Order: sequence, then structure tokens, then C-alpha cells
Amino acid sequence: MDFLRPASWEEALAAKAEHPAAVPIAGGTDVMVEINFDHRRPEYLMDLGRIADLTEWEVGADSVRLGASVPYSRIMEHLRTELPGLALASHTVASPQIRNRGGVGGNLGTASPAGDAHPALLAAGAEVEAESVRGTRRIPIDAFYTGVKRNALEPDELIRAVHVRKADGPQQFSKVGTRNAMVIAVCAFGLALHPATRTVRTGIGSAAPTPIRATAAEEFLNAALEEGGFWDNGKTVTPSAAKQFADLCAAACNPIDDVRGTADYRRHAVGVMARRTLTWTWESYRGTRRATEGAA
Amino acid sequence: MAANGAPTTITQGSQTRGGIGESTLRPDGTLKVTGEFAYSSDMWHEDMLWGQILRSTVAHAEIVSLDTSEALATPGVYAVMTYDDLPTDVRTYGLEIRDTPVLAHGKVRHHGEPVAVVAADHPETARRAAAKIKVEYKELPVVTDEASATAPDAVLVHENRDDHHISHVPHPNIVHRQPIVRGDAGAAAARADVIVRGDYYFGMQDQAFLGPESGLAVPAEDGGVDLYIATQWLHSDLKQIAPVLGLPEDKVRMTLSGVGGAFGGREDLSMQIHACLLAMRTGKPVKIVYNRFESFFGHVHRHPARLSYEHGATRDGKLTHMKCRIVLDGGAYASASPAVVGNASSLAVGPYAVDDVDIEALALYSNNPPCGAMRGFGAVQACFAYEAQMDKVAKELGMDPVEFRRINAMEQGTLLPTGQPVDSPAPVAELLRRVKAMPMPPERQWESSEGADVRQLPGGLSNTTHGEGVVRGVGYAVGIKNVGFSEGFDDYSTAKVRLEAVGGVPVVTVHTAMAEVGQGGVTVHAQIARTELGVTQVTIQPADTQVGSAGSTSASRQTYVTGGAVKNACELVREKVLEIGRRRFGSHHPAWATAELLLEGGKVVTDGGEVLTDLVDVLEDEAVEVEEEWRHRPTEPFDLRTGQGNGHVQYSFAAHRAVVEVDTELGLVKVVELACAQDVGKALNPLSVVGQIQGGTTQGLGIAIMEEIVVDPKTAKVQNPSFTDYLLPTILDTPTIPVDVLELADDHAPYGLRGIGEAPTLSSTPAVLAAIRNATGLTLDRTPVRPEHLTGTA
Amino acid sequence: MRVNFTVNGRPQEADDVWEGESLLYVLRERMGLPGSKNACEQGECGSCTVRLDGVPVCSCLVAAGQAEGREVVTVEGLAEFAEDRAKDRAKNGAEERAEDRTEGCSGTVRGSGGASASLDAAQRWRAHGTDSQTGEGLELAPIQQAFIDAGAVQCGFCTPGLLVAADEMLERNPDPTDADIREALSGNLCRCTGYEKIMDAVRLAAARQSEGV
Repeated sequence: MDFLRPASWEEALAAKAEHPAAVPIAGGTDVMVEINFDHRRPEYLMDLGRIADLTEWEVGADSVRLGASVPYSRIMEHLRTELPGLALASHTVASPQIRNRGGVGGNLGTASPAGDAHPALLAAGAEVEAESVRGTRRIPIDAFYTGVKRNALEPDELIRAVHVRKADGPQQFSKVGTRNAMVIAVCAFGLALHPATRTVRTGIGSAAPTPIRATAAEEFLNAALEEGGFWDNGKTVTPSAAKQFADLCAAACNPIDDVRGTADYRRHAVGVMARRTLTWTWESYRGTRRATEGAA
Repeated sequence: MAANGAPTTITQGSQTRGGIGESTLRPDGTLKVTGEFAYSSDMWHEDMLWGQILRSTVAHAEIVSLDTSEALATPGVYAVMTYDDLPTDVRTYGLEIRDTPVLAHGKVRHHGEPVAVVAADHPETARRAAAKIKVEYKELPVVTDEASATAPDAVLVHENRDDHHISHVPHPNIVHRQPIVRGDAGAAAARADVIVRGDYYFGMQDQAFLGPESGLAVPAEDGGVDLYIATQWLHSDLKQIAPVLGLPEDKVRMTLSGVGGAFGGREDLSMQIHACLLAMRTGKPVKIVYNRFESFFGHVHRHPARLSYEHGATRDGKLTHMKCRIVLDGGAYASASPAVVGNASSLAVGPYAVDDVDIEALALYSNNPPCGAMRGFGAVQACFAYEAQMDKVAKELGMDPVEFRRINAMEQGTLLPTGQPVDSPAPVAELLRRVKAMPMPPERQWESSEGADVRQLPGGLSNTTHGEGVVRGVGYAVGIKNVGFSEGFDDYSTAKVRLEAVGGVPVVTVHTAMAEVGQGGVTVHAQIARTELGVTQVTIQPADTQVGSAGSTSASRQTYVTGGAVKNACELVREKVLEIGRRRFGSHHPAWATAELLLEGGKVVTDGGEVLTDLVDVLEDEAVEVEEEWRHRPTEPFDLRTGQGNGHVQYSFAAHRAVVEVDTELGLVKVVELACAQDVGKALNPLSVVGQIQGGTTQGLGIAIMEEIVVDPKTAKVQNPSFTDYLLPTILDTPTIPVDVLELADDHAPYGLRGIGEAPTLSSTPAVLAAIRNATGLTLDRTPVRPEHLTGTA
Repeated sequence: MRVNFTVNGRPQEADDVWEGESLLYVLRERMGLPGSKNACEQGECGSCTVRLDGVPVCSCLVAAGQAEGREVVTVEGLAEFAEDRAKDRAKNGAEERAEDRTEGCSGTVRGSGGASASLDAAQRWRAHGTDSQTGEGLELAPIQQAFIDAGAVQCGFCTPGLLVAADEMLERNPDPTDADIREALSGNLCRCTGYEKIMDAVRLAAARQSEGV
């Protein structure tokens, strides 16, 4: 095993081009587990810890450019307004110690369906900034996850940042585990209201081979909200619409039975979380709307 | 009830600071908080090698071939050993039955069985070399439960058994079977107004001590070996290790290193023999440290159990009879299975007075992971089932579950199913009364001015509910655990106590082989010495095999038995000192001959408080030393047919009230409070007593809602050997645990004390389950209960 | 490979480090600092918690090479770290944690092996175990003293990681609620105590801190 310590992003790209099998390590919260448990012996380990701009973020007009290594604890503390869904998801990641080290780049690189950031990114809308010596490209989050622990990166590419759309409405994230802290998701659900476009987006974790969106559920809800004039009249979503949405979210799952939970439970739990997060976000939207109108 | 016992009056030592009854602080506390305390995994030696064990990847198979040549040729590798390299004909070990191969011999019987060991200059070198060992397995059918163990064509896990249980078991795949019959359960059933049956399953729990198995073996010039090790019983280890190495016991010198928790999981050997073998083979010190993955394979677990119960009761709430059958899965090797069967059967009825009982308990041999000792063994599984039954019967009768228990609670004098009378206070009803009387925790604690605090809700930080679907439930349970080794075992301990003057100050040195595993025995031994000898300065010597056996740090027995040995040795030292005093000073004062004399504050005083002389003046430059064995009252084996016999020496009782909040839609549980009342006889160190109760309670909570080793029933392979998937309660899963300590003396025990470590683990689990049933209305017949079981999605 | 970093204010160097080694392994086996414990090696127990450039992390998940040039504080240095912080706060009256560590630590602990974790260290705790008056003559951080006083130590294997995590929490949040304490320590497993005495210890340390004891 060789340990590569690129001092700059350019050096990192050059090293990755030269050794496409090199495993990048930043927070180490996935890679080191595999090394400690003898599951992986990469030929090259490439430390990205020296590249300062990976731990920085920039708030733009429409989106936040989030460096791949910004620790979850920073996201929780500093980006609650711009990225509320991701901030909530960050708060559920493992333990305080892990949140101090791990970042979204690691979740994306590992592309485990259980990664906590995925549902929030899918719901908010995001693009992954991938770069190699050949150039930079932005991969839409919907096209990023290609299989179980596989993603759309080319062997010579590294994740530099993720561009997450700034929240234009309430967002929620919810995750089921069998412990009240420090737990891997049995399944997880992210939901974002986008009043600007009058759409709802979702993200589901650990209930299919890859993180997914519940597109049929989104379409149903978008249509139901539009038809009922809900975005304008601010009425409560009807229980039947909420139930239909929840059922469609559950139906979007393609889960397995494993030691963490049964497929049936995962489907059931995704439905419950979908209904609850819809209620929380929609009630919040109604509250904000009323407050705005009151002020006006 | 309270009149049944009163705290023992203590005269000697009542004036001495730091004696028994005080919450003195741990002598090892400072080293533990500064990181200087040396655990077995911290051992280091110049030039040491690292040992690595190759374990089977399948549960049951013949080893067709085993090729170590490539591993041995790896640079940095000093030795590779297999069964064929063992130095003597003794190639197995075991606590009671020597059925466990040091290294697999032609066959493996469970997933993760040691096949070969490697020593190399770096752990990674050793790991890579172990991976190069080629093992060809021919898989055999697996025995995984009672049906597959006793089927007509069942594969035998152990052929040619010659242990002392084989003559009375109905099948060679049954390690031990204990029936207990008293009265006539069939006839008594006719008197019952209600009969309630239930089938229960108790999952496989792991001790999950945080300090993994580890140690350092150093070869000595005399051909022997020095072993620094974390264990629960040095002398038991020694008896199993020495013959395999071909060494006399005095050439295997064992010293206890820091022990990072035990809970039964260090009763059996793990890496001890392997490290010694490699050290003797290479002539170099060898350190072995399991990682967490390996630790899940490296020690026995708590027996999973299937329990079938029938209880009958009259309309007025009196139990008529009880029938039960308890099938424990012992896995591939016997370990403590016979004793687990003894506890499960003899305590199967719980702390209740029932005259007509018909009990059968047995342990299987299977190809599942070996199971053995864990805190409260046998009694824990039974308590889960009989307490579920108590709630069921009460419900059937329309009675309050606590009132129903009170009516049937045993008392001092009640006969156990074994016919043995309980001859010390048994405040079962009083403990229930106390735990019920504690104030209830406030409702809806998650509500705050800023909305719901998810940390106080089921699901916690995962943000699954803001109060939706959350229902509160309350449940009660009480249990009985035997203290000490039962069934005729010669259960003794040895203490060496020395009193001398050092620099003009009297100093006591206490030397035992007791394994301090965190429970605080070292604290208590110093307190006993202060009380008995009236001396403030006490040195606790390292535990090693240079002194006689202390017995095991298990069965809640160390404060009773080794504490008793220390007390006894101190008393003998005191007599000797007073004898010297009488010789030297008897003529100076008549009280030397006539008064009751005590040692207090470094002086010899009369029971009237008159000071006769300084202790150092009696001692001069003489050291008074006593090494003496001490044993509790003898017990008897249970009759193999009827189960009758005075098998136990003491009992420990605890009761719990659990308050839970359940997210009934998602099946997530938050335990809000777990209150405990326990009779401890006499709290030698109240702070440590409460700490033990809270720790035991939390382990019971773990098995109630999250802890389970999952074994694939088709392959007998372990599915979750990691802390990612074997979940322990975090501080956010653990509630406040108010503790009410009752002190009713057992007059047969030193200071009236009771062993306390295990009882809180018994009743905690069924109390939580009862509370969840209360919240959800579900039956719930297995533990741990998972979200699937609460949502109909299992 | 060779790795250089600062541990508890002292520069340290380790040679012949295998690239897959963790910071935890290097601390324990190469620098003679076995206080940080190895209990799970997958970030699920917190026993190996150290501060890396001030931030609490699981040292089992930091590759040794990633620590190059950085500052590490382990339980062995916690008392001195807390003392420096207290002095610094007294001097500046500031609530900020001191970034610059004062020099002047006499002696070096460096060793190519765990000299201070050798067998005689194994004997030392018993030698100290002469009395219940723990802590005499030894300067402890307030959180360390509180753990002893509250009975928060049983087997003690989780203790070093908990101390580092709890000390850092009290640095950020001197007046925590119970829920805050539980959240901050939710990455540290304890198997012996049931956590109640650990809660007591942190509350005690917070109270003593606010009273300036």
C-alpha cells in the first residue's frame, strides 16, 4: 500500500489520473473501517485532507457549492437556513465524532444506499461536481447513483463539491434506526417543498439498491396540490391525499430483508415517514405563508 | 416483612474511616481516568510478536486439507501452528467438560472456530499470512435447533461423548437435562379457574465488554511462560492451560492485567493458550488482541432459549401450579451449559410460592455459536418468560399485575421447586411495593417552547416523530437469582492478609487472585480490611496465581466469597495481633485479659473505648500474615430425576418498573425511566452497589429492545458480528434509573451482604416488555422486540 | 512511511508506519500512549476519541498519514490541556479556547515502542491502590476528578474516550442540559455503568466549573 499526500487539488487529480485505483480518503469514516476490518487493501490510499478548499462552502444566489469534505457538523451548524434538509440529515449521521470528520463527498463516493445525505440531496436537487485532468463536469444527482455502492464517476475522477439548490421552502428529513443515536439507517426519507416551482421532491434511502426518488408520488402530489389550489389557498393537505402520497412512496421502494430490518417494515416505515414529513413541511409552509400575509 | 431481617450490627471497625458501608472511591480510579491503567491490550514488550488466529468460515465441516506453507514462507512470519503442532496429547479444554479443541482437529463445529495461529512481527503481516493458509472444507449438515438436534437421522455434534452427563441425557446432542418435579401439577391444574399458556423466545445476547480479548505471553528462561491476561478466574484458566502446554502449573505464571469488562464472557478461555503456544514455539513474547469482529466469535454468548409455560390460578389470584419446558441452545461446545440448565430449572418458577410444579430444562449441542456464561445466566431467560406469564394470568383474572404478584410472592421459608427452603429474607412483595410507590416521570417531556425535542422521543436524533403515534406504557417485573456456585460445587476463595508497621504506620496488604473486572472488588477488599483491622492504609496486591484460587468473578459471588475470605483472614490476623499484644502488654493493664478488644484507628481499644496501646507498638518489626481459604455453606447436587436438593446458598432479588413511550406506527421505543428496587443485604459500598444495579438494568434494557446476535438458521453463520449491527444502548437510549436499595441482612453471609451483580439484569427485560405490551396491546412473546414485531411487518 | 505530529504538546515521530495503520495504532503501539482505547475500530464506540486540531474524532478512523503535521490531544494530556485552557481563560478572560499551546513541558515521552505501557506500568496501578483517596498528588482535569468522585468509572475502558468528549462539550457548552449531555456523548458506548453515574459526573464537572472550583 502506498500513501499519497497531494498538497493541492491539481496534484490530487494528477495522482488519480496516474493511479485510477487510488482510493481517496478524507474523513476516513468509510475507508478506514474497511481497512481495519481487512475488507479492503487498496494499492494506493490518497489523503485529501491537505486540500483546504474541499472543506469550504460558498453560498450563491440559487445554490450552495459545498466542498466535498465539509464536515457534517459544519453543515448542521452553518447551513440550516440554506440547506435545511441536508442539515437535518447531517444531524442523524452516526456520532458527534463521525460528524466532525465525515462529509457529503464520502457519502457520494461510497454511494451506499444507506448514506444519510442522499435522500436530502435528492429532495433538494443537486449536482455533483466531478473533475479529472480531462476536465470538470456536473452530474445531476438523479443520474449519479448507478447501482449498489456504484456511482457515475469515471475511474480518474474525484468529487470536488456538490452544488445543492438553496431551499425555497420547508424541507424535512427522517430516518429509522433501531437505536436513538449512532445508528445506520434501516430506511430514510427526505422531502422538500419547492414553492417557487410549485413542486415537491423526495428522496428515499436504504429501501432500494440505490437512493431513489419516489417520482410517482411526487407527480401525484404535485398534481393534487395544483388542482386543489393548495399552494395559493394554504389549506391543509387532505388526509386522503397524504395517505395516497405515503402509499406511493412506499410503493417506490424495492427493499430487501436483512439483519437491520425486513423489506415489509422498510416499505411500511417509508410510508409513515412520507406522511409525517409531508405534514411537517406543509404545516410549516402554511405557517410561513400566513406570517407573510399577516406582515403584508 | 421488614421484620424478617435487619442490618447486621458491626462493632469492630465502626470508627474507622473508609470501612464498609462507606462510598469510598476506587483505588484504580486515578489511573483509569489518566489513561495509565494497563489493560491486557495495552501490554507491550521489547521484541514482541503479534498473534493472529485463522477461523473457520463455515459452521460445520470436515477439514479435507490444510496447507500452511505459503503463510510460513511470508517474510516477518515466525510461526504457524495447527492441531498437528500441539505439544502434548491434551488438545482440548473446557470449563466443566473438556470438549473444545485448542485448534480444530479434522472438523469444525461452528462458524469462527480457531483452525490455525500465526505469529509475525506486525499485525498486518500476521493477518496477510493467515489469509494465505489454505483450508479445504467439506460441509456437513448443520444442527441448529431442537428438531434438527434430536431428529432420528440427526448428525451428532460430538461423537463418542464420555462426559458425566451422557448417561442421563435422552440424546447425545443434549448436553444436560434437569427435570424438577414437586407436588402434582396435573392434579393441581384441576383446581385452577384459569389456565394460561405461553411460548416464548429469548434471543442470543453478547456480553460486548468493551475491552476485547487480549493478552501477552512471555517465554521464561526456566521453560515456563508468564501470561498477562484479562480473565474472570485465573486459576480455572491455569488448570486448562498448563496441561495443553505440557507444563506444571507453577511454570505457567499468570498475572491479571486490566480487564475491560467481562459479564461472563471471560469465564472461558479465548486467546490464552494460543499466545502461550506461539511464545513457546518462537521464544519471543507474543501479544494477541482480538478486534471487535473476532471478539464476536472469540467468546461464548448468552444462551438463546425457547420456553413453554403453563400456569393455573384460582379466581382469588392464587397460583395453583406451573409446568414449563425450557430449551437452551448451548451451541457447539458445552462451556457453562450444565450450570445454565441448573439455574434455569431450579429458578423456573421465579420468586413465587407454587407447590405443584413440573419443570424440564435442557441444553442442546448444535452448530450455532457456543453459549455459556453471561450475567444472570439461566435465570434471565426464565424470568423473561415467567414474568410475561404473570401479566397474562393477572389479565385473565382481571387483576392488577402487581397485586397478583404480591399475592403469590415467596417469603422467607417458602420452598423452592427443589424442596429447598429460602432461609434468608425474601422481600419480593416489598420490592414491588417500593418500585410501584416511586413517583412517575412527567408526561410528554419532549415538549418545549421551541417545539418537540426529538432527543426525548422514540427515534431520537433520527427525527421520526414529533409526538405522532406516541403512547406511554408502564410495566413491572421481579426476579430471583442464586448467588455463588451451586449444586455441590466446592465454592471457596483464598485471601492472604498481612499487617505490619511501615515507617511508624500500620499498613495492611491484601493479596487475592480475585479478578477485578470493573465491579469494584478491590475497593471493597480495602474497606473490609479497614473495618476488621482498624487501619487506614491498605495495599491491594496484584491478582496472580502466586496466591490460592479466588474462584470466579461471576455468579454475583466475589464480595460474598472473596470478601468473606478477606474478612476471615483479617479476623485471624487480628487474633494473632491481640495474642502478641497480650504477651507483650498483658501485665500492663487488666483489660488485656478481661475485655473484648478491638482494633480501631491504629490502636488496640476495649469495647468500652479505652485505648490500651498503639498497634505499631504491638507489631514492632513483626509482620503478621495469614493465608487462608474460606468457603460458604456447602450445597448439594439436584437429583437427576426429581430435581430435589439444597442446591443453592443464597438468593438475590430485584424488581423493576419500566416506563416507555412507543411510536406505535413506526415500532420505535423510548424507555423513559427504569426504576429498580433491590435487596442487597448490606451495601458495603453504596456508590458501587447503585452503579452495579444501573449497569445491570441497562444490559437488561439492551436485550429487551435491540441486542441480538442473528444466526442464519440455514447455515448457522453469524450475520452481525460488529457494533454497526449488534447494537448496544447509547446514553440517548438509556433512561434515568432511580434505585431504591433495601438492606435486609442474610445472617449466613459476611456482614449480612447479598451478591448483587446479576439480579438487576433479570427483571429489567420483562419490565420493559411489559411496558411495551401495555402501550401497544400486543402479545409480544420474544425478546428483543424489534420494530417489525410492533408493526406487523416481521 | 514516517509520520510526524504533535501529541499533547510534544512533537512525535514514528517510523516504518504501515500505510493502513490508524492514528490510534500509532499512538498506542508506537508512541507509548495506550490511553486511547481500541474497542471497535469502526467508529461505533468512541473509546478511541482524541482531539485532532481541537476537534473530537475517532482516532481509529484517521489514517496515520492524515495526522501528519497536526496536533493531537489524548487522555494522557487532558489534565495539562485543561490546565492550560484554564490559565489561558484566566489570562485573557476570553471564552475562546487557546490555540497556542505553551511550551516548557519537560521531558519527552517519545519511544519507538510503548515503553510507558510496559509491564511495570501494569503493576503501577496496584502500587497506587493503597487507599481510596485517589487523585492525591496528581493534577487531574476537572472532568477526570468528577468521573472518580461520581463513581462513573467501573471497568474504565470507555473512560478515556468519554473524558475527551465530555471535556470538549463542557468547553463549548459550560451549562448543558441533560439532553445536551446525552447528545454530546451519544458516540461513546459504556457497557458497565448504565450511564447514570456518567451523567452525574458531567453535571458535577459543569457545576464545579461554574462555581469556579
